[in-house]
Amino acid sequence: MTAEAAYDEAHDATRALPLADGSRPGPHGTRLLAGWFRTGRAADLTDHLDRYGPLPATAPAPLRQAVDEAGLTGRGGAAFPTGRKLSTVAAGRGPAVVVANGMESEPGSLKDQTLLQLAPHLVLDGIALAARAVGANAAHLCVARTRTEQVRALRGALAERVRLRLDPVPVQLHELPHHYVSSEESALVHWLNGGDARPTATPPRPFERGVGKRPTLVDNVETLAQLTLIARYGPAWYREAGAPDAPGTTLVTLSGAVHHPGVYEAPMGARLGQLLDHAGAAAERLSAVLVGGYFGSWLPAEAALSARFTKQDLAQLGAGPGAGVLVALPERACGLAETADVLGFLARNSAQQCGPCRFGLPAVAEDFAALAAGRLDGPSLTRLEQRVGLLAGRGACRHPDGASRLAATALQTFAADVARHVQFGPCGGASTSPVLAVPQGAVPGPQEWR
Amino acid sequence: MSVVPFTRSRELALRIDRIACEGHGACAELLPELLSLDEWGFPIVHRAAVPPELAAHARRAVAACPVLALRLERGRS
Repeated sequence: MTAEAAYDEAHDATRALPLADGSRPGPHGTRLLAGWFRTGRAADLTDHLDRYGPLPATAPAPLRQAVDEAGLTGRGGAAFPTGRKLSTVAAGRGPAVVVANGMESEPGSLKDQTLLQLAPHLVLDGIALAARAVGANAAHLCVARTRTEQVRALRGALAERVRLRLDPVPVQLHELPHHYVSSEESALVHWLNGGDARPTATPPRPFERGVGKRPTLVDNVETLAQLTLIARYGPAWYREAGAPDAPGTTLVTLSGAVHHPGVYEAPMGARLGQLLDHAGAAAERLSAVLVGGYFGSWLPAEAALSARFTKQDLAQLGAGPGAGVLVALPERACGLAETADVLGFLARNSAQQCGPCRFGLPAVAEDFAALAAGRLDGPSLTRLEQRVGLLAGRGACRHPDGASRLAATALQTFAADVARHVQFGPCGGASTSPVLAVPQGAVPGPQEWR
Repeated sequence: MSVVPFTRSRELALRIDRIACEGHGACAELLPELLSLDEWGFPIVHRAAVPPELAAHARRAVAACPVLALRLERGRS
């Protein structure tokens, strides 16, 4: 069976996948969110233990093997094979450290906050299991300081687990400054080591030398929740959803011109059009889709909707799954104005450490604003294209690379608009209210990173 | 019998600490074959691998960086 046919069969909502505990799943075979669809409220520890029971007793090596065979990939953005990362950290020298990344600084994403709210114990189980899999004796959960309600709820959830002595490795909750680049893994490690929540120069990567110079596993909270289900139900069960080359389900945040924007769980390998169907499909004619978030790529609507949601398929189009963000851009909107807003955000929210982010990115953001406003002439457009090309690969982290990709795919996908803006000035779309809700706010001061 | 003077593991590669770099530009001045500067004076690496005939120049560029942001590493691209 081809991957496409396998997906189409698995996607059939009438053929819902039963969870291994025999319970009925939610719509479209949801797993992580099955409890929510069943009860309509956040799962406390009692709900969680009733549904899933205590932690399975799987030994470290079989646990790592199960994750490997399941084909789980990281859900934070890079889509790196989780099993391989577990093995690398486990093979490192000395006891390891686990860091769960719940920062979710991507403005287009709500899935980690949703998961931590609705099923916190799937994540906390995942931290315990990952700690066992890599031989860790310390575990940290990092969230944004600004989300006080989330912090309060997680403190409660952790206290419940301490009372029942569920976690052999204690989990420390950390509230970090909330900036876009603070969720980058080296920034988390730097902060946990007592520094600023800003990315550091690599190598060494955290898996080599991270928190306390020890081998450190940094995983997104959804990845850890998926690991929890694999540990309980096994790789064969995990692969019943999704496609052979992209197994399992994934959380996606769907917004823009769709009928019901929100967080949904969907099979991996779905066509992007099928993903948007979860949110009630496009509410009007689309010109493009932003795939992967502010760090992502603009794809023309037609090509995007028929593309499959896998790392490989999206890479062929110059995109990636990112943290599962899809924004549907309606034809009436101006893709250049939207991109200019996002580039302004990325420029304000860099760590202000490296040349490309201190000078190149703000210049590109200014050029883009001028382009959207119809104030950029031909020679300046050529200069903009050169500046965009020079951002990638020249920072300590991938922040300038992400901004470069966003800008480059905008120039490509909206090429006809670019020519019209240069020749005739701004379009009508620039005066309509923007589709992307780009956060405003100033550049963080030097004291705001700790 | 010929002796291969340079094996892969002895190849030199340029590495820049992008956080430390302040855009002084000495590197591009001394090693224009491999580096140039962007419009704000920050280095662009055209080729990280240093051919043997440029090794001395590369060492001079490393020594000239006022903030020690340029390094030469062996066997790591």
